[in-house]
Amino acid sequence: MTQLDFQTLLPLTILTVWACVLLIVDLFIPKNRKGITAVLAALGLAVTLSFTILQIGRENSGYSGMVVLDGFSTFVNALILVSGLLGIALAYGYVKRMGLERGEYYTLLLFSVVGMMLMAQAADLIVVFIALELLSIPLYVLAAFSRTSAESEEAGIKYFLLGAFATGFVVYGTALVFGATGTTSLVGIVGSASNGTSSLLLTIGAALILVGFGFKVAAVPFHMWTPDVYQGAPTSVTAFMAAGAKIAGFAALLRVFATAFPTLATDLTDILWALSAVTMILGNVVAISQTNIKRMLAYSSIAHAGYILMAFVPYGNKDIMPISIAAGLFYLVSYVFTNFGAWGVVIALEKSEGKGLEIGDYAGLGRKYPALAAAMTVFMLSLIGLPPTLGLVGKFYLFRAVIAGGYTGLAIIGVVTSLVSAYYYLRVVVTMYMKDGEPTTEREPMLDFTTAFTAIVTVVVSLVPQWLFLLASNAVLKLF
Amino acid sequence: MLLEYIAIAVMIAVATLIAFIAIGLGELLGPKKKSEAKSMPYESGMNPYGEGTRRMPVRFYLVAVLFILFDIEVVFFLPWAIVFRQLGIFGLIEMIIFIVILLVGYVYAWKKGALEWE
Repeated sequence: MTQLDFQTLLPLTILTVWACVLLIVDLFIPKNRKGITAVLAALGLAVTLSFTILQIGRENSGYSGMVVLDGFSTFVNALILVSGLLGIALAYGYVKRMGLERGEYYTLLLFSVVGMMLMAQAADLIVVFIALELLSIPLYVLAAFSRTSAESEEAGIKYFLLGAFATGFVVYGTALVFGATGTTSLVGIVGSASNGTSSLLLTIGAALILVGFGFKVAAVPFHMWTPDVYQGAPTSVTAFMAAGAKIAGFAALLRVFATAFPTLATDLTDILWALSAVTMILGNVVAISQTNIKRMLAYSSIAHAGYILMAFVPYGNKDIMPISIAAGLFYLVSYVFTNFGAWGVVIALEKSEGKGLEIGDYAGLGRKYPALAAAMTVFMLSLIGLPPTLGLVGKFYLFRAVIAGGYTGLAIIGVVTSLVSAYYYLRVVVTMYMKDGEPTTEREPMLDFTTAFTAIVTVVVSLVPQWLFLLASNAVLKLF
Repeated sequence: MLLEYIAIAVMIAVATLIAFIAIGLGELLGPKKKSEAKSMPYESGMNPYGEGTRRMPVRFYLVAVLFILFDIEVVFFLPWAIVFRQLGIFGLIEMIIFIVILLVGYVYAWKKGALEWE
């Protein structure tokens, strides 16, 4: 192990050690003061974030090519760490109010973040598998964190069983790819595949890996678990799960497919096209009939997985790939901020035992809590893709990349489904402003801050989006 | 290439045939005297009672998880011990890091009372 190896994984190592120490330290923090654990966990994420930012511009591979450090991984890692911080901020007051406050919440969250970061840096299918397990297992536990509620238990078990099944697909795909190429390293696979030995076995292996990740990012037809798990899990966990697991899943998909399987593009492009189209259509259409806000946002999250999948469709085209990856990353950023904001508003209105989660409960919010309603309006507009929000800019870049790649049909489906989605997102806005009601909210400083912060980011960055897109364009995938 | 596997296919076929012959002959030629003791799951063991799928105390699960933790630890020790001299000080440090990580889990389980039966 050289110093270079160590530097490649420095932020990851810091966070791992921090999480292990926090696990022990938490044992000595009294039961009613678990807020300290939350602050310590956030501090760990902040320290890791600063080390990640110091890595900007560095590019190398480490540990015999098992992991890489490049612009892409640094960008994704920073986004994951920000999601972790937002996840802790949302959970801080929520878990106390719901009687779920235990130190393990934050430790598990840190371990999951470690897994996500490793996923972004993995350059070997075995490391992808380890990272997948490391990010998923804490999420299974977190989904079932509200032990006394049957829904939460159901969510945990459901997520665990289907997640384990999905991991099985990834492992099986990895085994077939290994059988076809004799290696699990992404560099080795691309080398072996370009020798003209591209075989049916390799295609099947790649397709199985795609299925496994399809489960993780909740793409149709692998989405069945999403509404139940998102509804049953504690809301703060749902917010983190929706953002974090999606970033990591898409990061791994992008790296594996763009670097290891470019020769399979002719076979896989059509599949990705269909996956993306079906996910957008089904997610948006089914969301219309939802009356529970958590279920509605779950279907919205499925629909957004479809939009992000659009960025993968032109991946075989060398000229378009850089801008489509940048567009995908940009959309992920916009989704993360909008997502945390929207779930933050949901948390503000949620009462114990799953009350306050119907869309009807939002009636009268506009008059009673104008600031909160305004924030929710911003998030809903951003999810539709209307100005002045990040959602619009993200969708613009995405559609532009897809059209440049020659997939105008897919872009049209994207626009039409966005119009469909306006119906159910605007219904929330209409309920808040046009209907009478007496909603009550829980005001917690951290929650108010998070909601305000994400709302401001969603609006302000959309006015000057170029720098963020430039940052995303510089986040290139490297092959060593 | 596929022809290389023909030996395995023949072996599977022969093994299946022998199994069928053995069971078939036993069924045909063997004496059949039914008694209550013979129809029990364990002819010469404890008498079973209750349902096979009854509820178990969750503690068994906890013990099983802890067992896996230390079982895996030992599995990793064995190959490491064999090449210990070749790995030198590097291998020692690696193993210490590995043990420390497991130790964190052990201390956590201990302090949480997972090792106490009552």
